[in-house]
Amino acid sequence: MLEAVSIIKGALPYLLAGSLITAGIVIGAMALGLVLGLSMAVGQVYGGNALKRALGTYVWFFQGVPILVLLFLFYFGVFHYMGLNLSAVAAVTIVLGMTTAAYQANIFRGAILALPQGQFKAASTLGMSDIQTILTIILPQALRLSIPAWSNEFSIVLKDSALAFVLGAPEIMARAKFVASRTYQHLPIYIIAGLIYFILTWAGVRALAKLEKTVRIPGYSNKGM
Amino acid sequence: MTRQNPILRVENITKSFGGEPILKGVNLSLGKGEIKILIGPSGGGKSTFLQCMNCLISPDSGKYWLEEKPVDITSKKVLYHYRQQVGMIFQDFNLFDHLTALDNVTLALRKVKGMDKKAAARRAMTELSQVGLEDKIRLYPAELSGGQKQRVAIARALAMDPKVLLLDEPTSALDPDLTGEVIDVIRNLAKKGMTMVMATHQISLIRTLADEILFMEAGFVVEQGSPKALLVPGTRSQGFCDKLNSLSGEGPE
Repeated sequence: MLEAVSIIKGALPYLLAGSLITAGIVIGAMALGLVLGLSMAVGQVYGGNALKRALGTYVWFFQGVPILVLLFLFYFGVFHYMGLNLSAVAAVTIVLGMTTAAYQANIFRGAILALPQGQFKAASTLGMSDIQTILTIILPQALRLSIPAWSNEFSIVLKDSALAFVLGAPEIMARAKFVASRTYQHLPIYIIAGLIYFILTWAGVRALAKLEKTVRIPGYSNKGM
Repeated sequence: MTRQNPILRVENITKSFGGEPILKGVNLSLGKGEIKILIGPSGGGKSTFLQCMNCLISPDSGKYWLEEKPVDITSKKVLYHYRQQVGMIFQDFNLFDHLTALDNVTLALRKVKGMDKKAAARRAMTELSQVGLEDKIRLYPAELSGGQKQRVAIARALAMDPKVLLLDEPTSALDPDLTGEVIDVIRNLAKKGMTMVMATHQISLIRTLADEILFMEAGFVVEQGSPKALLVPGTRSQGFCDKLNSLSGEGPE
C-alpha cells in the first residue's frame, strides 16, 4: 500500500505533464474544428450546390470512419506520402481537428437553420451584403445557440484524445500506460488518469456553461417553456 | 401627384413558386410623396409583390427604375445599393434579436453607410426619439412589446434615409391595443411626405392615407384608383372593406 502511494506520488508530476500535452491537443483540435466547422456550415447553408455536395462528402467521410483508422490512415499514410514529417502530437491534433470539424459543421449548421429567416431579409432590405449579414447577424446568434452542443463535442474530443497514445504522443494515457506497465500498479495509476480526464472535462464544461450565461441575450428565459 | 417623374417604377413583375404563378405581371409607378395601399384577399400576391419590389424575392421577370434610372437587379452591387434606398417594414418586425434597440438601428449605418460609432448612435437616437422610444434604446427585442418592436423596425429603416418605404402588413401581428401606436407613427411619416407602398387590412389607414388603392387578387391588380373612386358601392374594393368593417365591428359607414 505504502509502495503504491509513493509510486503514485512519483508518477503524478509525470502524468500531469502529460495532461498539458492532452490539453494542447484538445485546444488545437477544437480550434481547428471551430474554424473549419464554422466555414463548412456557412458553405453548406449558403453555398452553391457543388460546394454543398463537396462539404457533405467531407462530413460523411469523417463521421463514417473510426478515429483510430483515421489516425493511422493520416499519420502513416496521407501525411507520410505528402512528405510531411509531423510529430505524433501534431498529427493527432490535425486528425482530431478535421474529425471534430465534421461534427461541429453539423452543430453550427443546425444553429444557423434554427434562426428565424426574417432577420436575413431585414438586413438585406437595409442594403447589407450577404457576407456582412452572415458575419454580424447570423453567426453571433448561431454561435450562442451552439454552445451547449459544442460543450458536448469538447468533452468527446477530450476523451478521444486518449487515442493519441497509439501513435506514441506522450499524453496522459500514454504516460499512464507506461508507468502502469513498469510498476504493475495498474489500478491506482488508471484511476489517477481517469480522474485527470474527469477534472479536465469538468473544468472545460463549466467554463463553457459560464460563457453561455455571459453571452445570453437579455429577455430570453433560461428555463425553457 | 404621379404626374411628375416617378421615384420608383416597376413593370411587368411576374413570379411563380413551384410552377404556381403568384404574380402575373404587376406594374407600379410611384410619385414622390405618394402613398399606395395594396388590399385584397390573402394569397392574392400582395406580400410577394412587395418583396419583389426590393428583390427579397427575385422575380421571374420585371423591370425596375429608381428615379428614372434603370436598375440592373442581376448585379449584387447594384442591388445592395438599390435596397438601401427602398426600406421595408415587415409584419413580424424581424429585429436582430442579439442587439439592443439602439444597435438594431446603428448596425447598417456603420456597416453600409460607413458611419463611425458616435455618428451612427446620434442618428439612431434621433430616429428612435421620433418613434417615442428614447427611453428604450438599451433594451433587447425580447424585452420590448410588439408595438415597440415595430417602432424600432421603423426607426431602423428610416435611419437609412430611404426614398421609398414598403410596409408589409405592419400592424397585423399586433394586439388591438398596440396597433394604435404603430398607426400613429405611420400617419406621422405620411405627414412628412414619405413615399410608401403598404399592404394593410387597417381600414382607417386605407381610407385616410391612400392616394391610390390597388386591389390585388390571383396575381393581378384587378382594381386601381383613388379611395374616392374605388370605395363606392359595387366595387371589389368596397366589398372587401365592408368585410373588414364587419369583422372589426366598425360597421359600414
